[in-house]
Amino acid sequence: MKVIAAMSGGVDSAVAAARAVEAGHEVVGVHLALSSNPQKYRSGARGCCTIEDSHDARRAADVIGIPFYIWDMAEEFHDGVVENFLSEYAAGRTPNPCLRCNEKIKFAAVLDRARALGFDSVVTGHYAQMRETELGRTMHRAEDPLKDQSYVLAVLNKTQLDGAVFPLGDTYKEEVRKEAKRRGLYVANKPDSHDICFVPSGNNAGWLHDRLGTETGPIVDEDGVKLGEHQGAYTYTIGQRRGLNLTVPAEGGAPRYVLNIEPKSNTVVVGSHEALAVSAIEGEKAIWCGPVPTPATNYRGFAQVRAHGSPLACTYSTDSERISVQLDEPLFGLATGQGLVIYDGDRVVGSATIDATE
Amino acid sequence: MGIYFDHAATTPMSQPAIDALNQQISRIGNASSLHTQGRSVRREVEEAREAIARIAGCGPSEMIFTGSGTEANNLAIKGFYWKRVHEDPARTVIVISAFEHHAVLDPVEWLESHEGAHIIQVPIRADGVIDLEALKDIVEQNRSKIALIAVMHSNNEVGTIQPIREVVEIAGDIPVHTDAVQSFGKVDFNFDELGVTSATISAHKVGGPLGVAALILERGIDITPILHGGGQERDIRSGTLNAPSIVSFAAAAEDAGTNRDSRYVAIRELRRYLIDSLRRVLPDIRVNGDVEPSLPGIANITFPGTESDGLLLLLDAEGVASSTGSACSAGVPQASHVLLSMGISERDARSSLRFSLGASNTRAEIDHLTSVIESVVERARAAHLRH
Ligand SMILES: Cc1ncc(COP(=O)(O)O)c(C=O)c1O
Repeated sequence: MKVIAAMSGGVDSAVAAARAVEAGHEVVGVHLALSSNPQKYRSGARGCCTIEDSHDARRAADVIGIPFYIWDMAEEFHDGVVENFLSEYAAGRTPNPCLRCNEKIKFAAVLDRARALGFDSVVTGHYAQMRETELGRTMHRAEDPLKDQSYVLAVLNKTQLDGAVFPLGDTYKEEVRKEAKRRGLYVANKPDSHDICFVPSGNNAGWLHDRLGTETGPIVDEDGVKLGEHQGAYTYTIGQRRGLNLTVPAEGGAPRYVLNIEPKSNTVVVGSHEALAVSAIEGEKAIWCGPVPTPATNYRGFAQVRAHGSPLACTYSTDSERISVQLDEPLFGLATGQGLVIYDGDRVVGSATIDATE
Repeated sequence: MGIYFDHAATTPMSQPAIDALNQQISRIGNASSLHTQGRSVRREVEEAREAIARIAGCGPSEMIFTGSGTEANNLAIKGFYWKRVHEDPARTVIVISAFEHHAVLDPVEWLESHEGAHIIQVPIRADGVIDLEALKDIVEQNRSKIALIAVMHSNNEVGTIQPIREVVEIAGDIPVHTDAVQSFGKVDFNFDELGVTSATISAHKVGGPLGVAALILERGIDITPILHGGGQERDIRSGTLNAPSIVSFAAAAEDAGTNRDSRYVAIRELRRYLIDSLRRVLPDIRVNGDVEPSLPGIANITFPGTESDGLLLLLDAEGVASSTGSACSAGVPQASHVLLSMGISERDARSSLRFSLGASNTRAEIDHLTSVIESVVERARAAHLRH
């Protein structure tokens, strides 16, 4: 196969590219420039938008012995990921930009372009496994439970996954680092990135303030009684407990949590831990990674609502556009806008964007 | 495999240059030393200086060796600016052509953002030649405020040769610097006849080694140095001379000079063959800066509807090395400022490639390019549509 290896400059994508070469594919390395001005989004040294990273990626490609190019995806990234991130927050939801980046950039813009240029697939260093099963080619969790990234890939549909290769899914991260060292890839010890790549030093609230402005609004309890003030409802997340700075103490001193964010009235609603309990989840814009479940049928499976969250036993059903989940045990604190991913054992069934909880 | 159509980026070393380098590299001696070994190396360096000066049409004492063409351009731009502003604080204007190489453009922009310089860019006509009328107006209106004028002798992306003698005439007593990196050894270039104040030449574009170049600076003119130290080169450039590379540079320059005219004709014909061949399969291509006089081997071509970085990738996979305009420091492909300055749209500028031919290229290599170009362009168009 002719494949494009998306190389971020990190250890995972470098080893993935090397493995693709070893598997006999014709590999071309590509680093995605996600900001036309690399310093625009981020000033720190780590992340996906720095000159150092593109040089690290190029050096890795040279060591592996493959051609290397930089593809300018700044416009697509800004429109599809950054703008979406801002508008979701402004609408009172909590988006996951890594999902959007996989959906709109890595396995859309990049895969489309690769296919047009005559390539078959895109190889990335994501930790997930594609397997041939009786259901066809399906996506499964990675061997390394700590690194498993099937959650952020669950936004890919069948056609996109058919053009995706994840060579690291069967390997533990520690092995990947050792392999990088063996292969002479000096990114072997580069730290993992955790933050949102375009937000400097993890300061999400400050970054949002700079772009969405500051607008003072009330923090109220479930009865509408004002308990304090905030500088912008969008900087809060449902389930958040710290940093509320409430002026009226709760009866009995029980801690209070963000229950709801109402962007129109710029109001943050807080209440008790019990009030955060969610046992039913609704998601819109369903995406199926494999066969589409039969509509209006109840299935047993697992729901995951955060990148590093635990799988929650549930019953789910779909009308193929929406997914409805009934959790066996309630979950505390769930923001709308997050990704809802459905698993059948370790197989990823599909995903949806959470738009209602109860 | 390995068809090299990127001679303007760097060109293979010529045999005499390789021999000279091999011979010199094992000798010891610092050309500034007073002992026997030092004297012996100095003699070689000075003979090389004289040889290059002869070919460049300048006096040996006018050659200031540097570590790169980029350094020589920086030295000229910053050196003249600081000296002239020091003499008269009102002289802060730097006039440059709008399509200078980054080795001129960037130091000028740096002076603007750090040292109070004001840039005036002279527009370029659609055929890739500087607009002399506009230059005349600029100079008339700003004469007393101009620190220097810099116009390249030939453009590295489209190959067009600039009317430097006319620029010098318009400039009068204002210093004129010309970046002749692409011209030296390939087309007529004579420092004295042009009457410029300074010029840059670089060894690796004429079959010499990488990392050696020269600023030719009119005798008797001092500019502010940017490297301070031993004062080896007229006290204007410090640093132990790279003797082996300088000697090799001279060998390359002499070799390029010996049969320059016949080589010019051969490469020019090859370029015509390339353009005609491509046009046969792709009638809608456009050649940018297709005028005389020009550098012999540069063919800058717009492939409408494509994206040049897609073309480059696909051609490389077919074994053909070519080049796009320039990239920013992070390597992001950008529309060429050269093509934009000629009035070419951003879209077309992003659909253009530079092929630069050298003496070693053959018609068979061009035939290979012609045989793959259609499918390459087709895929690059599809990629652009999806993008
Ligand atoms: C017109 C022009 N000026 C300057 C340079 C820079 O020369 P050097 O590579 O020796 O730094 C080049 C080479 O890329 C060039 O083409």
